[in-house]
Amino acid sequence: MSLMTTEAATAPPPDSPESPRLTPAIPSFTRGATTRAAGKAPREVGDEVCLKVDDLKLWYGKDQVLKGIDMRIPCRQITAFIGPSGCGKSTLLRCFNRMNDLVNGCRIEGCICLDGEDIYSRQVDVPELRRRIGMVFQKPNPFPKTIYENVAYGLRLQGVRNRRALNEAVERSLRRAALWDEVKDRLHENAFGLSGGQQQRLVIARAIAVEPDVLLLDEPASALDPLATLKIEELMLELKDQYTIVIVTHNMQQAARVSDFTAFLYMGELIEFADTDTLFTTPANKQTEDYITGRYG
Amino acid sequence: MSSSQESMEKNFFKQHISQRFNVELEEIHRKVMVMGGLVEEQLSEAIKAMAEGRMELAEKVVISDYKVNALEVQLDEECTQILVRRQPTASDLRLVVAVIKTITDLERIGDEAERIGRMALHFLELDRKTGPIQELGELGAHVCSMLHSALDAFARMDVEQAVRVAQQDIHADSQYEVIVHRLMDQMMNYPETIPRAMDVVWTARSLERVGDRARNICEYVVYFVRGKNVRHTSYEQMAREATGDRR
Repeated sequence: MSLMTTEAATAPPPDSPESPRLTPAIPSFTRGATTRAAGKAPREVGDEVCLKVDDLKLWYGKDQVLKGIDMRIPCRQITAFIGPSGCGKSTLLRCFNRMNDLVNGCRIEGCICLDGEDIYSRQVDVPELRRRIGMVFQKPNPFPKTIYENVAYGLRLQGVRNRRALNEAVERSLRRAALWDEVKDRLHENAFGLSGGQQQRLVIARAIAVEPDVLLLDEPASALDPLATLKIEELMLELKDQYTIVIVTHNMQQAARVSDFTAFLYMGELIEFADTDTLFTTPANKQTEDYITGRYG
Repeated sequence: MSSSQESMEKNFFKQHISQRFNVELEEIHRKVMVMGGLVEEQLSEAIKAMAEGRMELAEKVVISDYKVNALEVQLDEECTQILVRRQPTASDLRLVVAVIKTITDLERIGDEAERIGRMALHFLELDRKTGPIQELGELGAHVCSMLHSALDAFARMDVEQAVRVAQQDIHADSQYEVIVHRLMDQMMNYPETIPRAMDVVWTARSLERVGDRARNICEYVVYFVRGKNVRHTSYEQMAREATGDRR
């Protein structure tokens, strides 16, 4: 199985589609043997790698959950992890901001680098790491505070006291999260008064208020209705010009709709990582094919 | 062997967790074969009617085209339902796309057969004696066999055969050009025959188009099995894509 390389694509330029045709005296119906269909070349992970995973192994007690994952997650793109329950995709996602540190008996080998820095090195300031790599969970989890305070929370933790700076950051984050227009007149009401979809966007606003580099989304829309789901997906596409987004989803159509790259994991191994269009139309691996077409593995 | 080739073996329609989906895919594949059989019959009868002056066959072809059209509409609807209900991916998606495209070409081949049948109806015994009827018969037999082999490649999803059949279109094109040359000579020397000769030109043209459409079907077979789009490429490129690595 081939992993994506970090080299830029070196595909030869396609033949010009406007090559002149000779018109014979008698119309010839022989197929032109010169023109090449202008098919879209599959995308590749370019030079800008945000998260680099090398031979990552993880155990919960005696159970090995990740069995040597190598992966390159590109900057400012959406990468989706798909795979059956228990394949390790959420575990892998949690490794990116060291959520697994909190699990008893969890042991990790291998390396994850964020912009070239090993996030598991002793020098790493974990709260700072979690500021740079924000996380949103399946169930919206706003704090039992006002809408305003939810978004301002991370900034207050960082010691921001200036009222105007806070106001600006709250408005900017809520606008980025496409929630501002819905909540601007009730910023000081309790966040639990929002709908599930609004709560999830509020949590995303809270995550981006502290200006992270990466957003990890673990099943962010699985508790939401289809319209709220589409709003979250639309938001992801809006946000990807600024943030690297990694999403875990059981909804394959969602992965196909929003992501640029898709990783298929199975039993703790990375089976295939490819440009999303390629993975969903012509997967290279039989296991991927069986999973996405709903066949017996 | 690539995963798709393995998957087109007889278990292709048996492995989905959803039994209903297995049945639906098998059903559209089966109906393409039914439609293909009908179109083949229409085409060979139209050619026979033209070559042998069998009016009853020509009439039968003309009044039977609606059956081909009805099958196309029905298959189109079934494919749409699969797309909306199943959101197929990978080889399933490629199968549905290949079916949608194949039935369009089959329906057009049906139209060409009907056209040949109509021309056979007002073809005179005299035309049959003076026109290039033997060459027409040969071109007809050639494209009939291309269609048959293309459908066979589709039934078994056999890329190697698809490539071989596609290449036979070169021969169909040159046969067509021979006929047109001969008819042009005839029209220049005997201008009074032009109206009749035009019928023969149109017939030859219809047969030549059948060859193109049989080739199209072969291209959909390559798309289904390999995931490669080989339309508007050279035969060499098509052969490379069909036999080479999938990536």
